Amino acid sequence: MTHAPKFSPLPNNPPPFAGAPKIRGAKLGLDPRAVKRDFPIFEHNPGLVFLDSAASAQKPAAVIDHVAEFYRSDYANVHRGVYRLSARSSDRYEGARETVRKFLNAASADEIVFVRGATEGINLVAYSWGMAFLQPGDEVLITELEHHANIVPWQLIRERTGLKLIVAPIDASGGIDLAAFEARLSRRTKLVAVTHLANATGAILPVETMARLAHEHGAKILVDGCQAAPRLPVDVRALDCDFYVFSGHKIYGPTGIGVLYAKGEILEAMPPWQGGGDMIEQVTFEKTTFQHPPHRFEAGTPDISGAIGLAFALDYIEALGRGAIFAHEEELTGYGVDTLSRLPGIRLVPAGQRRLGILSIDVPGIHPHDLATVLDQHHVAVRAGHHCAQPLMDKLGLAGTTRASLGIYNDERDIDSLAAALAAAQKLFT
Amino acid sequence: MDARELYQDIILDHGRHPRNFRELPQATNLAHGHNPLCGDRVTVYLELDGDRIKDLSFDGRGCAISTASASLMTEVLKGKTLAEADALFKGFHAEVTGKAVPRLPDALAEDMERLAPLEGVRAYPTRVKCATLAWHAFEAALKNGAAGTVATVKTE
Repeated sequence: MTHAPKFSPLPNNPPPFAGAPKIRGAKLGLDPRAVKRDFPIFEHNPGLVFLDSAASAQKPAAVIDHVAEFYRSDYANVHRGVYRLSARSSDRYEGARETVRKFLNAASADEIVFVRGATEGINLVAYSWGMAFLQPGDEVLITELEHHANIVPWQLIRERTGLKLIVAPIDASGGIDLAAFEARLSRRTKLVAVTHLANATGAILPVETMARLAHEHGAKILVDGCQAAPRLPVDVRALDCDFYVFSGHKIYGPTGIGVLYAKGEILEAMPPWQGGGDMIEQVTFEKTTFQHPPHRFEAGTPDISGAIGLAFALDYIEALGRGAIFAHEEELTGYGVDTLSRLPGIRLVPAGQRRLGILSIDVPGIHPHDLATVLDQHHVAVRAGHHCAQPLMDKLGLAGTTRASLGIYNDERDIDSLAAALAAAQKLFT
Repeated sequence: MDARELYQDIILDHGRHPRNFRELPQATNLAHGHNPLCGDRVTVYLELDGDRIKDLSFDGRGCAISTASASLMTEVLKGKTLAEADALFKGFHAEVTGKAVPRLPDALAEDMERLAPLEGVRAYPTRVKCATLAWHAFEAALKNGAAGTVATVKTE
C-alpha cells in the first residue's frame, strides 16, 4: 500500500501527486494576472470580469484538483474505521483543522470547529452558548452594519432566552460610531457580535478596540470574519476575540464548509447543539456523555472533503502571502474609489475611514437590478440588491446598491471594465 | 443578447414615466406585491364594476422592468372583463417564462402585442420576477378584495 503524502504540500514541498497545479501567482509577490491563471473559471469564461467575490469567491485549480485527488486516493470516513485508509482520511481531516488553527493563530486545534459556514457558526454560538448562558434581560450588542446572519439568530433565541438585542449605530461617514458603541455597553451586555468587515459597504471595524471594550464590561465578543478572512491577516489571539467565524467559499475554498473558532475554555463549557454520531463518548438509553470540543460540536459524518479543500485554499493564499493579499486589496480598492469617484452621477456608499475590497455603488435614477443586468451584458458580474443587510439599507435610505467586490485575481483592468460598463448603463437609462 | 433588446424604448419610457402611477381612492380591491430578492414593492389598486375592470393603478418602487411591466399592465387591463384579464395574464406569463403560449381570443391579440416588449426578460431568468410582480399583485387583489394583504411574488 502506498502511503499518502503528508498533508500541506504547498507551497514549497514537492507536489503530492503528478500534475499538481503550481501556484504561479506566488513567484513575484501578488501578480493578479498570474493568479488569474490559477483559476480555471476564467479559462472557461473568457472575458469574464468577476467582481462578486464577496458573495462567493472562485476556486483555484489547487483546490479543485486536490479535492478530486483526495477522493481518488485517500477517502474514507473519519474517526471510525480501524483500517489504515480511514486513519489516513482522519489524519488529513485533522490536518485541515491544524491548517485553520495556524491561519487564525489559535492556541490549539481543539478551538477550531468545522461548520457549514459562518451562518451555521453563529447559529451554533446562539443555540449552544446563548441558550445556556443568556438570561432574561441580558443584552446582545450588534451593529447596523451586520449581515442578516448576525441579526436573525439572535432574534430567534430572543424569544427563548429573554435577551435584549441592542444595535450600535454607524456615524455619518459610514463607519461604526465607537463612542455610541461604548455607550451601549453595560454590565447587562453579555455578548458583542460584530462584523470584522461590512459585507454591504466594505467598512473595516476596529474589532480589537471593540473586543477590549467588550471585555472591560465583562462581555464576550463574536466576530463575523466572512469578508475579513479572505482580505486581512487575522490573528484571533491578537484580536482577543472569544468567537470568530468565517466561510470557506468566500476564501477560495469549497461551499458547505466554514469555521467557528472559540476560546478553549468557552468551548469546553458549551453544551452540544446537535446530537448524533462522532460527538459522544458513551451512549446508553438512560444517559449519554459527550466528547470534548471540537468533536462535541461535529455530530455526524462531517464535510471531510470540504475541510480538506478549505485547507488547500488556505495553503494557497498563505503561499501568495496574506500581507501581499492585503496590500493588493488596499491598492485595488483605492484605485476603484479613485476611478468611480471621477464618474459623474455615481455615488459610492460611504464606508467609514477604512474601506477594503468592497465598492458599493449607488447610481441615482437607476435601479441596482437594471444596472447589474446591463453590467452583465458587458461581462461584469456584480451583486445587486440589499446584500442581506436590509436594516443598513433602510438606514442609508436605499432600496439596494450595486456591489463590486474584489479578489486576488482582480486587477485595474477589471475596475476599468466596471467603469466603462457603468458609463454605458448611464447612457442607456438617462 | 444586447441590453437594448431587453431595455427597448417602450420599456425605458414606461420605466421613467409610468402610466396610472397613483393611488386609487375608490379602489374596490388592492394588494401589495413584494419581491424579497430585491426589496421591490408594488401596490395594485382595482376598481371593479361587476366583472369588468373599470379602473386600475399602481404605486411603489421598482426597477425599470417591474415599473414598465406594471405600467403596461394597467393600460392593457383597463376596461377588460375578469375572464379577459385572466387570459392575458396566462398569455403574458407564458411569454415571459418561455412556455407554450395558450391560444388567446383574437380580440386580445392587440393587447398581447402591446406587452411584447417585455418578452426580452425570457433571456434573463433572474429578471422574470420583476416582470411578473405587478401581475401577481393584480391576481392577489382580485382574491383579496379591499383587504390589501401582502402577496409575496412567487419564484417562477
